[in-house]
Amino acid sequence: MEWLAQLGRSGLSFSAGLGRAHLLMLAMLRGLPQLVRRPRLLMEQLLSVGVLTVLIIAVSGIFVGMVLGLQGFYILSRFGAEATLGVMVAASLVRELGPVVTALLFAGRAGSALSAEIGLMKATEQLSGLEMMAVNPEHRVLTPRLIAGIISMPLLAAIFSMLGVYGGWFVGVGLLGVDEGTYWAQMQSQIDWDEDVLNGVIKSLVFGVVCTWIAIFQGYDCIPTSEGVSRATTRTVVHSSLAVLGLDFVLTALMFN
Amino acid sequence: MSRNPPADDILVRIRGLKFFRGTRAIFDGVDIDIPRGSVTAIMGPSGSGKTTLLKLIGGQLRPDAGTIEVDGQNVHALSTADLYRLRMRMGMLFQSGALLTDLSVFENVAYPLREHTKLNSSMIRKLVLMKLEAVGLRGAYGLMPSELSGGMARRVALARAIALDPMMIMYDEPFTGQDPISMGVLVQLIRRLNDAAGITSVVVSHDVAEASEIADLIYVISNGRVIESGAPQTLREAGGEWTRQFMDGLPDGPVPFHYPAPELESDLFGDRA
Repeated sequence: MEWLAQLGRSGLSFSAGLGRAHLLMLAMLRGLPQLVRRPRLLMEQLLSVGVLTVLIIAVSGIFVGMVLGLQGFYILSRFGAEATLGVMVAASLVRELGPVVTALLFAGRAGSALSAEIGLMKATEQLSGLEMMAVNPEHRVLTPRLIAGIISMPLLAAIFSMLGVYGGWFVGVGLLGVDEGTYWAQMQSQIDWDEDVLNGVIKSLVFGVVCTWIAIFQGYDCIPTSEGVSRATTRTVVHSSLAVLGLDFVLTALMFN
Repeated sequence: MSRNPPADDILVRIRGLKFFRGTRAIFDGVDIDIPRGSVTAIMGPSGSGKTTLLKLIGGQLRPDAGTIEVDGQNVHALSTADLYRLRMRMGMLFQSGALLTDLSVFENVAYPLREHTKLNSSMIRKLVLMKLEAVGLRGAYGLMPSELSGGMARRVALARAIALDPMMIMYDEPFTGQDPISMGVLVQLIRRLNDAAGITSVVVSHDVAEASEIADLIYVISNGRVIESGAPQTLREAGGEWTRQFMDGLPDGPVPFHYPAPELESDLFGDRA
């Protein structure tokens, strides 16, 4: 019976955590009016969460695009369809790889940093200090980070996809001899704005909300010790990655029937 | 919101306070009165809930029973907005200093002024430098928290705590881990700020000598209750056995040196070995 009790305890603990996470989200949303009045707070976080993540996104985008170009060329050339390489690279990036890989990289780079920063602020009593200075830490510290994450993710995914397309072009056109005009023209004619691009943007927005929410919640809810912060950081990466992969399947199924 | 005018000169009035962590009672019916303008020390051994008491007074924790009134207002019956208004009149010095690590010393002290006042930057600069001058760190305004020693960090935190000229300051273990010079500076600062600005000070500490030196009134708490209260000298001379052991730092007495354990002989040579 002990395993049953343990299962029950785990279930209750999970439900309680989910409840706390939703309450935290509500508290952060209540801080939106303050953020509108003080946009500087958002700018600082856009730099920290978004701009400082650009490098890893850019480098990964180029290499993923190059690999797609290489693999795509060898597979498509078997069927004499190498002219469609541009479509294949762009569709893969815009629909799937752009939003998903960006979200995974975001969770590893910005998400873990958010959790560690907030967890350490909790451990060093900075959040309590703000409360005692009559400053709401949820509005002052957490809301700007949440909104910065949500804004950054689609932009980062766009950068990833754009550079990926250029990576595919470099390998396909530059190294393997695919016709340049065909590469771009096929892409232009076959990639649909609503079905491909907009759905990709929606995906990355959803991933932005989920990854940033998980990162902030894990940091804010952690046990305020070095071990607690370390566990929170790990949980952020694991939970975000699983949530992104699971949600990607659900969203793809909904969007593309 | 409950707002009753204070009947007398008591700034903080705690009645029947009960607070539990799980099933463990941290406070089990505590009554404390903190007079206005005084330095009141809350003393007790580690783990006796001294910091928890400050968090209860500041409204960061909610008691399971009892009331805490600050300046006639029941802290835990206030709306969030009223609680934040009350906190603007309360300063708190955390054990770690709790400085915002991404801001310089100047910006840390300016923080509450920028958040809660509409003063222009020239006035804020003057006020910040005056507060830093009061704690002797005007020259360190450009440093970052990582460049400060522990004692300096606490003094900067003290300057920040007095930035809005509060009616009371709560000090959480201000002397812990300080070298004798820093400790002397902090002792002097707490007393001087209290007398010069007419602030009510609540000092939570287990540093008997330093707390006794500046306190007008001491409450000794242990096992969730107030064991004794009174002026430092009175407690030292007429306090009970437990209080005298605590005040004199005796290793053995009502609080035993040994953690409860089976007989040494049976542990060493018995079956348990």
